[in-house]
Amino acid sequence: MDVFFAVLQAATLALILALLYRPLGDYMARIYTSTKDWRVERGLYRLIGVDPRSEQSWPAYLRGVLAFSVIGVFFVYLLQRAQAVLPYSLGLPAVPEGLSFNTAASFVTNTNWQSYSPEVTLGYTVQLAGLAVQNFVSAAVGIAVAITLVRGFARRGSGTIGNFWVDLFRGSFRLLLPLSVVGAIILIVGGVVQNFNGFTEITTLAGNSQTLPGGPVASQEVIKELGTNGGGFFNVNSSHPFENPTAWTSLFECVLMLAIPFALPRTFGRMVGSNKQGYAILAVMTTLYVVSLVALSSLEAAGNGTAPEVAGGAMEGKEQRFGIFATTLFGSTSTLTSTGAVNSMHDSYTALGGMMPMLNMMLGEVAPGGVGSGLYGMLVLAVIAVFIAGLLVGRTPEYLGKKIGPREIKLASLYILVTPTLVLAGTALSFAIPGVREDVEATSIWNPGIHGMSEVLYAFTSASNNNGSAFAGLTANTPWFNTALGVAMLLGRFVPIVLVLALAGSLAAQDKVPATAGTLPTHRPQFVGLLVGVTVIVTALTYFPVLTLGPLAEGLN
Amino acid sequence: MSSTRTAARTHWVAIRAMLIFTAVLGVAYTLVITGIGQLVLPAQANASVVHDADGEVVGSALIGQPFTDADGEPLPEWFQPRPSAAGDGYDGGASSGSNWGPENADLIAAIEERKAAIAEFNGVDEADVPADAVTASSSGLDPHISPEYALLQAARVAEARGLDEREVRDLVETSTQARDLGYLGEPTVNVLQLNLALAEL
Repeated sequence: MDVFFAVLQAATLALILALLYRPLGDYMARIYTSTKDWRVERGLYRLIGVDPRSEQSWPAYLRGVLAFSVIGVFFVYLLQRAQAVLPYSLGLPAVPEGLSFNTAASFVTNTNWQSYSPEVTLGYTVQLAGLAVQNFVSAAVGIAVAITLVRGFARRGSGTIGNFWVDLFRGSFRLLLPLSVVGAIILIVGGVVQNFNGFTEITTLAGNSQTLPGGPVASQEVIKELGTNGGGFFNVNSSHPFENPTAWTSLFECVLMLAIPFALPRTFGRMVGSNKQGYAILAVMTTLYVVSLVALSSLEAAGNGTAPEVAGGAMEGKEQRFGIFATTLFGSTSTLTSTGAVNSMHDSYTALGGMMPMLNMMLGEVAPGGVGSGLYGMLVLAVIAVFIAGLLVGRTPEYLGKKIGPREIKLASLYILVTPTLVLAGTALSFAIPGVREDVEATSIWNPGIHGMSEVLYAFTSASNNNGSAFAGLTANTPWFNTALGVAMLLGRFVPIVLVLALAGSLAAQDKVPATAGTLPTHRPQFVGLLVGVTVIVTALTYFPVLTLGPLAEGLN
Repeated sequence: MSSTRTAARTHWVAIRAMLIFTAVLGVAYTLVITGIGQLVLPAQANASVVHDADGEVVGSALIGQPFTDADGEPLPEWFQPRPSAAGDGYDGGASSGSNWGPENADLIAAIEERKAAIAEFNGVDEADVPADAVTASSSGLDPHISPEYALLQAARVAEARGLDEREVRDLVETSTQARDLGYLGEPTVNVLQLNLALAEL
């Protein structure tokens, strides 16, 4: 019966996403291809001093992305440092330098890794003027970059790939803001709080005193999920009853996380002029998503491991209203996108169950991935896949009429090397540098033995892939982790973006080659299978050794 | 234009854009949503508080609370919630799970200890104690327990209050909330609301 309910729950999610696929995907295609600016937008462009009709080459577009992100880091950093004098700060002091850097890097890179506990660190002003704003704009940046890559495939002989400022404003104001307003109201209906009440002391029924937190939570919760950000208003994120009060809000939050990433293949198909190409990408994402969800759900329901078996079920770190299956749906969704919100404590999952969120992130977050980043990650893998297919049959590979030459392959190969390098180097250095190792083992690691290694591996996997979830027993508010994870988040976000924009520029400049009898069709099941295979093999070969040292060793012991 | 000037200009554009976003997405958007919440859905927007028979606020329907004496010992006349890792237990200012891993000796010991304590407290067999009763939730503020754990406590509560056990069990049955839409999540019993109803028997 439980399994039947679990399938019904997943089917409900699939149905809602299927209904959204065409209208939302088409709407996004219109947003990013329309040549009409709203009057209010024209006013804003004048205010910031850009000409919305001017197009940018890829280096100019990149300069916009980087400048905007640098300014974002400064803004969030300074807001935290100035917290003591800001209004609505709940009497909290300035955030220390190292933690401020980590948090600023985290929210600008769409990661939302949280080395801090929000209740005792951040007041309302930093939360909304700093973090909520980045929740919107970091998502809009991700989608903008993905759209440039799509334009690269769609255009021919073009020296430009769009206008960053126009893409940024439209993504924020035409897409994310209206959806957030609707979503926030739905969340309040479900019981998510939205106030400026601060902490309230009450006397409980049994006569104890209890603190109830307040805050503008719903407005932040919705964009946290919709923009695949994931930074919780409260320490325990979406397992907090004020962030996620019921099983149906949990499902709704999964819809929010998946809506844009799963609809972007439609946008892609529309913009390259073949909806079938979008369906192929969608099929790859869906296949990986379903397999991963079934794996995690089965592992947690089986409840292997000493503690779950003694307890009679893997309920440590899970909420009763969610049970196993609303937990695993959320956990899978959050780590297969780049969200990193949690409605359970991943650290307390069964050993092999806890490996699944890590594997999800290690896939490169492409199933369906973060808003924008999922699509561009998957398209880079598609470039690799057609290259491999081209090698097999001995033809010059092409994708959507664009030749995949040495330059394209170099960019794509570098792309898939970035995050594994950061993950493996960061994890290794944590145990290799004298002084750091002792600090990691004595201060940061919470669970002893193999599981402690997994906590560190999870942290670097999460930061480098811009996910933000954690094996949260890890104390990450230390100089080493604040710095190393901060750097991993920045490199894990912006190095791939540089490569994607360069790829977009290179593709846009090309003419289209006509399809011939020898062209590999990229909208058929054969290509879907190939792309799934490439995604899995690239991941598995890279990470298998380190997984055997962590969750596999723990789970198979 | 020199590259330095181009960079300076781009950053100046970025600063102005960030100020606009802060005003619209940070401030105006939050205030609009707060306004809608406070005007249209004030109960939910303000923590879904619940009152006792005298009209006093006794907590939030969404946030679990302890039913313990001054020493932290469970009070037999109240239904007990799950173990909590938030502060000293159900601290709304310090939400937290235990984050103990599945092979952590501390967790295994804690579960065994809780199981024995709950079995003794309720006069039942250890094998009958359900998983939610011996595990800490993710938030540390879980307001719910499973119907099994609630029923297990019924006899003890009835005895402590001098009530008929049948009556208390019936109360648990009527307080049990089904899955959302009939299939989402798990059936639950809200401990605070059950105890409020109990106080009125």
